[in-house]
Amino acid sequence: MPEQKPIRSVNDFVVRFANVNGSGSASANELFARAILRHGVPVSPRNIFPSNIQGLPTWYEVRVTEAGHLGARGGVDLMVAMNPQTWDKDIASIEPGGYLFYDSTKPMPASKFRADITVIGVPLTAITNSTYTDPRQRQLFKNIIYLGALCALLEMDPKLIEQLIGEQYKGKEKLLSSNVHALHLGRDWALQNLKCPIGIRVKKADKVGDRIFIEGNSAAALGAVYGGATVCAWYPITPSSSLADAFAGHCRKLRHDGETGKAKYAIVQGEDELASIGIVIGASWNGARAFTATSGPGISLMTEFIGLSYFAEVPAVIMNVQRAGPSTGMPTRTQQCDIIACAYASHGDTKHVLLFPEDPAEAFEFAAAAFDLAERLQTVIFLMLDLDIGMNHRLCRPLKWDDARQYDRGKIMTAEMLEEGRDFGRYLDVDGDGIPYRTYPGTHPTKGSFFTRGTSRDRYARYSEEGSVYADNMQRLVRKFETAQDLVPRPLQANAAKPTKFDRLRIRAFPFHSSVASFIADHDFVYVVEQNRDGQLRSLIVNENGIDPVRLVPILHYDGTPITARFIANAIGDHQDHLKVTPLRKAVS
Amino acid sequence: MTYIAKPKFHHPGLQKNELGFTHRDYEGKISTLCAGCGHDSITASIIEACFELSIEPHRVAKISGIGCSSKTPDYFLGNSHGFNSVHGRMPSVLTGANLANRDLIYLGVSGDGDSASIGFGQFAHSIRRAVNMTYIVENNGVYGLTKGQFSATADRGSKSKKGVMNTDNAIDLVAMALQLGASFVARSFSGDKTQLVPLIAAAIRHKGAAFIDVISPCVAFNNHAGSTKSFDYVREHNDAVNRLDVITGRDPITVDYAPGTVQVVEQHDGTHLALRKLDADYDPHDRLGAMTFLQKHAAKGQIVTGLLYVDPESEDLHTHLDTVDTPLNVLDEKALCPGSAVLDKINASLR
Repeated sequence: MPEQKPIRSVNDFVVRFANVNGSGSASANELFARAILRHGVPVSPRNIFPSNIQGLPTWYEVRVTEAGHLGARGGVDLMVAMNPQTWDKDIASIEPGGYLFYDSTKPMPASKFRADITVIGVPLTAITNSTYTDPRQRQLFKNIIYLGALCALLEMDPKLIEQLIGEQYKGKEKLLSSNVHALHLGRDWALQNLKCPIGIRVKKADKVGDRIFIEGNSAAALGAVYGGATVCAWYPITPSSSLADAFAGHCRKLRHDGETGKAKYAIVQGEDELASIGIVIGASWNGARAFTATSGPGISLMTEFIGLSYFAEVPAVIMNVQRAGPSTGMPTRTQQCDIIACAYASHGDTKHVLLFPEDPAEAFEFAAAAFDLAERLQTVIFLMLDLDIGMNHRLCRPLKWDDARQYDRGKIMTAEMLEEGRDFGRYLDVDGDGIPYRTYPGTHPTKGSFFTRGTSRDRYARYSEEGSVYADNMQRLVRKFETAQDLVPRPLQANAAKPTKFDRLRIRAFPFHSSVASFIADHDFVYVVEQNRDGQLRSLIVNENGIDPVRLVPILHYDGTPITARFIANAIGDHQDHLKVTPLRKAVS
Repeated sequence: MTYIAKPKFHHPGLQKNELGFTHRDYEGKISTLCAGCGHDSITASIIEACFELSIEPHRVAKISGIGCSSKTPDYFLGNSHGFNSVHGRMPSVLTGANLANRDLIYLGVSGDGDSASIGFGQFAHSIRRAVNMTYIVENNGVYGLTKGQFSATADRGSKSKKGVMNTDNAIDLVAMALQLGASFVARSFSGDKTQLVPLIAAAIRHKGAAFIDVISPCVAFNNHAGSTKSFDYVREHNDAVNRLDVITGRDPITVDYAPGTVQVVEQHDGTHLALRKLDADYDPHDRLGAMTFLQKHAAKGQIVTGLLYVDPESEDLHTHLDTVDTPLNVLDEKALCPGSAVLDKINASLR
């Protein structure tokens, strides 16, 4: 076997930590990612965790990417193998020429290693056991000690890590100094016993700029605060629980009355998803901005209410942090598999507005926009997050808010308008855009009241089973959905700089803007990249735009891990290869 | 049932309440339920209670689920907003509405199928959350709209119209409400308006979860011999523990009954409830006692009616969530949006 040269790279590599869930490794690993950011080098970290509190394998991957890529790359250059359960699989996943970092306290047989990688052993258990007596301390500081060793191996500036520890343990001097001590324990051991640095290393750069580092769920929750949500009803479900938790956290800081200290919000943990969406619909019917956060199984349970929201035209915002389905599926693994379920949720003919944010900055913007859209369109709006965006920190542009911005409360008929003698028909299309006026309960003593129902009714909200009346209403709902097309975020197109590369269109909402169809028409090959088995976005495009399915080539990734750049490149490459037809004459000669 | 539009012609001498409204102002559309339906009597009692309390008709939100009972909000308070929501889900919709605007009066109307079967969970959780509401179950023990199947409140051993015996145990929603912490619990009978009207009035003035189970015979499917929810059966087995008079804060309290027979309870908003004791041993402040009393009498086949439990010191969900006094639905950008300066600070903390 030819000798494999060790990988050499500055600011462009992938480190993966293999840990045991509940061992306290998460905070040390996150510290590692943040420390690289402090070097001015962008990172894109991912937590790959089990549906478990303690004992099962968990991984944390940090893509160090000076170019600032958001997605996963694929492959591992440095494996920090701290979990014996997954050793074999972890070793196998290292790139040829990559590096293995492991706890060398107990000798391992040579058969457990690979010849084409660089093996770096640090006796972590021996170092911790000789320094600490308390078992919990041994466990926690072991993580900081390996961080210290990595600091030396990757030539990171220890002062930047110390600074981060200082911020984390501000006011807790004892914890601060013991963490810094453990950091240096690991670093010093590595400097004295190992060849530092290795081929991959971190070099200070200035590529982070004013970008912020935040999880999509937290950003969406902040968007709900800025967007004026006052009622949140939810039921715990991975991976959306941290969104509701973040909303509560933001509200505690930002939404208490300065004088009385009272809450300008109400959060109810419902008994299930049905109650959660019921509370949202009741609150929205009564003029408050309300939302729920859930995931696939919750969407299934909410479906009857979603149909009510559509048909009775009551605003609602559902933040769906998608996970791998169907059924319980893989609760802690990512997918984008609820696109069809949400687009057409409910029995009967329905269509719903979906928003697809790409990162926390868009999660914030779209979350705030969802409340305007819900009230403008008087229907349910889905914010389609996924576990990968929702539960991982992402580097993104700073969040922005225009102080002159006013909430769009939609078409509300007020007591004054009713007094003026305006004709009020709850389902009357006065402007031709399919959107009728509504009144809030309690508006006027004698005018403007109506009976909201899921049954068919006429333009004045009177019960009717007349076929023509029903059809008239259903057609208006189609008009309303057409209106939505111009209100939702438009697709973003990025044209390739070189002819050999690909033009890209990122769809950001359903209903699809007309530029989606024209983009498809303008290109010979269109690849639809998504994370589900059945090509749900592709199906939706085909179905809604009447496009020949052959025109759209599916690129599908659905094993629950985040899609990687390599996967997309390989899948497109394979498809292009199939298209290369060898000319017959050449084949014969 | 009828399909004739209700006449708008009013007698000039109609009685007016304190706010100058007549009974007509509290009425709704003409009922489409069967002639003689117990539910229509409850509708009449709700209209009477709202008239007597001089409530502004549009300041009530009436919310229901699905079923015969849930259709009734269309038949009273025509100037109020109504919401005929999803089967069994009235409690969650009402909870949300209440959170959005604490200033309206919330009237939840449900049936035994709606609350004891499909919506049993929502019934339970809205009560344990102490939502400020009047929750009325129009209880006939039967699914009327789907033609006569037993509901979960049908007594074991009772017979359907087709002669089928019910072998399942019955759910007693009053016992459940007591256990779940409702701060106002009553049971009544649609055929006893003098008992029911003050109970509804008191429940409306109560702060917190007020629950009233009203036995309301179904004339089409559950009013035959062998039924335990028929007019005849309920009249024969009705055991009222008290009679109630509601005295609003403004009226002087004049109780002219023999000493010891009347108990006066002051509610949160100053309303006085004067209870004429029909059963000397019954104490409506004793939750545990009420539960025992109810169970003992149920075992003897008696239907205990009246105000069974009231907690005058009750709290509601808004108290628990410590929400601002202003209804959440009128808060604007200024009150809700922290603004760009705060966002800049948040950004800075995320670097």
